[in-house]
Amino acid sequence: MSTLNLIDLRKQFGDVVAVNNVSLAVGDGEFLCILGPSGCGKSTVLRMIGGFEQPTAGDVQIDGESVLHLPPNRRPTAMVFQKYTLWPHMRVYDNIAFGLRLRRISKAEIDREVRGALELVGLSGYDRRYPAQLSGGEQQRVALARALVLKPKILLLDEPFSNLDALLRVRLREELRAIQRRIRITAIFVTHDQEEALSLADRIAVMSKGRIEQLDRPSDIYATPQTLFVADFIGAMNLLSATVDGANLRIGASSLPSPRGLANGAATVAVRPEDVALVSPDRLNGLQGEHIWRGQIIQLSDLGHYRKAFAQVNGLGQLKLYLPKSALVNEGDVVALYPTRYLVYQNDGLPVEVKQPAIGETPIHNWPMAL
Amino acid sequence: MTNSRLTSLIRAWSSSDFFGTLLVVVLAIVILGPMLTVGLWAFAERWRYPSLLPTQWGLSYWRETFSRADIIQALPLSLGLATVVTLLSAVICLPAAYAFARMNFPGRQALLLSFLTVNAFPRFGLYVSIAVLFFRLGLVGTLPGVILIQVVNTLLIMIWLPTSAFQRVDRALEEAALDVGASRLRVFVQITLPQVFPALAAALLLTFVGTFYEAQGALLIGVPNIRTLPVLMYSYINNQVVVQYGAVLSLAMWLPSLALLTFAQRFLRGNTVSAGFGV
Repeated sequence: MSTLNLIDLRKQFGDVVAVNNVSLAVGDGEFLCILGPSGCGKSTVLRMIGGFEQPTAGDVQIDGESVLHLPPNRRPTAMVFQKYTLWPHMRVYDNIAFGLRLRRISKAEIDREVRGALELVGLSGYDRRYPAQLSGGEQQRVALARALVLKPKILLLDEPFSNLDALLRVRLREELRAIQRRIRITAIFVTHDQEEALSLADRIAVMSKGRIEQLDRPSDIYATPQTLFVADFIGAMNLLSATVDGANLRIGASSLPSPRGLANGAATVAVRPEDVALVSPDRLNGLQGEHIWRGQIIQLSDLGHYRKAFAQVNGLGQLKLYLPKSALVNEGDVVALYPTRYLVYQNDGLPVEVKQPAIGETPIHNWPMAL
Repeated sequence: MTNSRLTSLIRAWSSSDFFGTLLVVVLAIVILGPMLTVGLWAFAERWRYPSLLPTQWGLSYWRETFSRADIIQALPLSLGLATVVTLLSAVICLPAAYAFARMNFPGRQALLLSFLTVNAFPRFGLYVSIAVLFFRLGLVGTLPGVILIQVVNTLLIMIWLPTSAFQRVDRALEEAALDVGASRLRVFVQITLPQVFPALAAALLLTFVGTFYEAQGALLIGVPNIRTLPVLMYSYINNQVVVQYGAVLSLAMWLPSLALLTFAQRFLRGNTVSAGFGV
């Protein structure tokens, strides 16, 4: 039940800047994910919060007070590591009780706490086992119990599920979210898995090259990535090089309407695969809008609840499309298509969003549809 | 012989158990043969050419051997020496091993490799040159001299085994303990040490047994005052007309190592010793 503030946090290893002036405020009971590719500095941020790395500059404050002078064993944080890091020579019970025994707590109290923690992670009755007798998922649950039993102010998780198989990862993720909600603990979760971040977090901090690129709610990050890096990193995105030419955005031999306020010159257009409408050419009835592209479906795969397609667009190149399973197209079909929504990035500025109304007759489909 | 017949013959050779059986027989002759001879001599009271086996059996040489004053003196000396050398080596080497494993300092790798050099050259040459040095220092024929030369012998095992054991301890295990509030000392005692314990025990054991049987260094540096059991055995084998003294002694000296290694097998994982050299 605590707040965390990172103020201009910086970490250099020699000449390499691992973390570059990261500032961040995490509210009480908030679940924040730090998301980024490997080597972006996200784990270093977490390790500085836990006290395992000393920042080169900046401050880490918990409940408004700096904790920089405290070694890890005296910080009110608890870490769950990527590797399960259970002590192999101790039973599950002793692993969880280890931290409690360092505090002046009676045996009966310790026993109650340990059993409570085991119950919380769904492992009652496992207390006599050794770590080697547990599966990976069970070991990580014990590690979570070991961290939670100390009632830390901030729970730190360093890619805790990345060593587990996909199914288990999803299940543990949901369990973690439920536990975090139930005990309302402030949690910082580091991951490179965007799906994990999107499904767990109240807010996501996307990091790249030591900097926070964007700090937002998952839906906002997905809808309006503020930088090209985030646009490319989060979800699937078609990124098209364009040139602003008055009211037109020229993309190869094709074009789109340009939003106002952009300078003539280079820009990048970002289109989500689900933001493309398909119109069958015979239904266009001679409608010859120059912003309607022509192309051919060159690859189509059914992925259950949606269809993934690649279209070769004349004068533009390949475009990735997510179509509803009801979309009536086949591989090889010649189609007309246009983005219903896109973002234009220019000169490191914030993107400009453009929404296009439906053109011509009813398109074959019109996203969004129920996924 | 045609080519196909040759290949089929080779196939028959390798597929049957014949080759394996042959190997076992050869190994048995090479390894067990000398041991058998020693065993026979230890219980032989009369064994003359051309008899294949001793013509008179008995235990009288055992009684005689263990009532000899030099042997009664040498047994506690050897045990005590092995203990002191092992402890001294532990005091010197274990902190060094921890430093090698955990700290980065200039010349770390070169220094680590230098401990191999003791084993890289013929031992005896090394001993002779050390003996010359010790002679000038007045260490020849003294207990400290023998202890020193034997400690040199133990460096390789006592540094390399524990170093790689310390290196194999997952640092995250220590960080996790630090994270829940343990002090650095507690982390070392309760988390790090238990992880390296099997390797440390193996190193201590090998050192003790190795020192107990060490003869060349002790012989060269210890003469004429310090006479350990293996040194006695050497001189019995070399100088005594009675073969039985050496045979009885060498048979008797199997016992401590046999006991230790059996004990070790109880609580050491089989791969500890071999894994220990994976630096």
